[in-house]
Amino acid sequence: MSEEENQNCPCMSDKLNKELESILEPYTNSKDNLIPILNEVQVKYGYIPQIAQRKISEYLKIPMAEIYGVITFYSRFTLKPKGKYAISVCLGTACFVKGSEKIMERLKQRLQIEEGETTKDGKFSIDATRCVGACGIAPVFTVNGEVYGKATVKMLDEVLNNLMSV
Amino acid sequence: MEALEKIRKIREEKKKELELRVNCNVGTKEKHILVCHGTGCTSSKSPKIIANFKKVVEEKKLANVRVIQTGCFGLCAKGPIVIIRPEDTFYAGVTPEDCEEIIESHIIEGKTVDRLLCKDIDGKVVQKLDDLTFYKKQKRIALQNCGKIDPENIEEYIAFDGYRALEKVLLEMTPNEVIEEVEKSGLRGRGGAGFSTGKKWRLTNEVEGKQKYVVCNADEGDPGAFMDRSILEGDPHCIIEAMMIAGYAIGANQGYIYVRAEYPIAVERFETAIKQARKYGLLGKNILGTNFEFDIDIRLGAGAFVCGEETALLESIEGKRGQPRVKPPYPANSGLWGKPTLINNVETYSNITKIILNGADWYAKIGTQNSKGTKVFALGGNVVNVGLVEVPMGTTLREIVYDIGGGIPNNREFKAAQTGGPSGGCIPKEHLDTPIDYESLKQIGSMMGSGGLIVMDDTKCMVNLAKFYLSFTVDESCGKCTPCRIGTKRMLELLEKITQGEGTIEDLEKLEELAIGIPKTAICGLGQSAPNPVLSTLKYFREEYLEHIKYKECKTGECKKLAKIQIDENKCKGCGMCKRNCPVEAISGKPGEVHHIDEEKCIKCGTCISSCSFHAIR
Repeated sequence: MSEEENQNCPCMSDKLNKELESILEPYTNSKDNLIPILNEVQVKYGYIPQIAQRKISEYLKIPMAEIYGVITFYSRFTLKPKGKYAISVCLGTACFVKGSEKIMERLKQRLQIEEGETTKDGKFSIDATRCVGACGIAPVFTVNGEVYGKATVKMLDEVLNNLMSV
Repeated sequence: MEALEKIRKIREEKKKELELRVNCNVGTKEKHILVCHGTGCTSSKSPKIIANFKKVVEEKKLANVRVIQTGCFGLCAKGPIVIIRPEDTFYAGVTPEDCEEIIESHIIEGKTVDRLLCKDIDGKVVQKLDDLTFYKKQKRIALQNCGKIDPENIEEYIAFDGYRALEKVLLEMTPNEVIEEVEKSGLRGRGGAGFSTGKKWRLTNEVEGKQKYVVCNADEGDPGAFMDRSILEGDPHCIIEAMMIAGYAIGANQGYIYVRAEYPIAVERFETAIKQARKYGLLGKNILGTNFEFDIDIRLGAGAFVCGEETALLESIEGKRGQPRVKPPYPANSGLWGKPTLINNVETYSNITKIILNGADWYAKIGTQNSKGTKVFALGGNVVNVGLVEVPMGTTLREIVYDIGGGIPNNREFKAAQTGGPSGGCIPKEHLDTPIDYESLKQIGSMMGSGGLIVMDDTKCMVNLAKFYLSFTVDESCGKCTPCRIGTKRMLELLEKITQGEGTIEDLEKLEELAIGIPKTAICGLGQSAPNPVLSTLKYFREEYLEHIKYKECKTGECKKLAKIQIDENKCKGCGMCKRNCPVEAISGKPGEVHHIDEEKCIKCGTCISSCSFHAIR
């Protein structure tokens, strides 16, 4: 369900409201709690819904614009939901040297979207990450957090074919 | 002094119990199966291995066998790694299916599972961890406990002299004496710049102020560097202890550690460590029966490289966009919420407890004249033994790449090593024998940085590499100052032009002009060092730039627009390796005959180049 629908449907926004309140509850309204709170919201929803931004703004007494500024500054926070299969290609130096750029290019070519975008059907999204720490098995890409090591273009193709047929 | 007695008692008891971890000849029937649970091995299913071991141990009712998760052993390329103590047998590339066999054969029958033993670089099979060449030239100080203890068990840390440095400091030393000791050790900041740690402590100590803070910078953003992460994952208590010692020295009662959220295992371990330290009365009020109080909170980074810069990090802890502040004032005078603040990075802290326990003189004997101690490097890229290595300052790059790293795989040649990440530079072959320390690296156009060390073979294009680093800097520039925000973007555009075959000699001049101008005008370390990858590749690989510009040629084929991938008829043996690996079926040829590439189908991914054992494709 899209964000607009979320906010227009009273039952959804009610549920969201309650969830958000329980996220906010353990925190004091001190300003330095903004980033930890955003982190929790991002982890829970895969993005930061507008309704959450409003709620946090009221709670911490920080203007929405400032919160928007913080969200867009940090790459971990996103304003759009990720795909059902969030694929991240590591572009850290160790992976880059072992050819992760080619994997990224192939991925973009196969899905016809750019980094940071989600396919129209909401099934796939592409991200570039900087070092997941698995340099020993570089190059790597991850699908919803699961690491595929010693990756090749061929291996990516196989993984994609499998996911597409699901 | 009840708290102190309790800790001492645990130390004594646990020391005996865990002697088999450090002594191969201890007479015991106990066996400890140590499994690496660092990020690298976890990605190759080590949690499943731990679970399987535990299951088999339980099924077979082996009361004297314990399965322990540890931090990183360092040799990530051979992961997942399993070690059996006390005999110190080293098993590499273990899979969850191997667990039963290891227990049946090794533990019950006493027969080593030969097929899982590791081969050294000379091809000899090695039984013990310490026999590997990889470990012989290393000296582990910062990583002392990694791979030895269970990081989630405070008592194991206490057993190996844990919190004894804190005890010594609180009971026997004045803050001034602590600072003197750190100064005398010659320890310098391991985050990159190499500022004297003792001096930093002194400055923060001397500033008047009721409230001061100790901060640990664990925002390890340098792509391809994972030293700090491994320390946090393998030995979190040594950071807690060092931060407390720092707090005592400068007069602070609150610490913050700023960790990347991309390091979930490190965050979790550190949280556990803090909880345990509180439970054992090591964090909080009246620590070890004295009137010293200290506590630590965790703050998560959210994926901004610039937050590794100390003032940007402070802004981020305060909940704002992580944009650097103009210095001075330095954090020692005006840091977190305007209060005097001490910031050191993880690896720096990890040296502190050892300096206090063994003395500054011991530490100052290791290393070179101006760079004391050891440095941990994350060795990666085109090298056989990818992993974490700790060597004394002054070790040469050749020793690291060839003796420890095992050289370049696939019979390729060494082209360059990159240190210092996006702020560092490339070191070519002719400098392989330079002893590495802060000064020597700077002299040859690179820098120590946080410790990423990426090796590149002759299939790598240096212009493309410079472009890669610049695109990173452009992405990560916070936008506060113009030279960095606009200057690096212009540099990237020029590099893009050159790698697409549209560059001119004037572009190269412009690129150099910017590379010299930006460091003089940017406000923080990120901008000031951003042109380094370009400057150093221009210095050592100018020919390559000129080939791209004059002849529109990229010999490595990495710059796609300039790549002409061809099979050398004289070298091709018709083995079919390239054909099998080509993702788009662009290669044709019969076994034993020269193969051909269909240029229309070819996507120039380069898979064939790296898969050819005869170097016939370029």
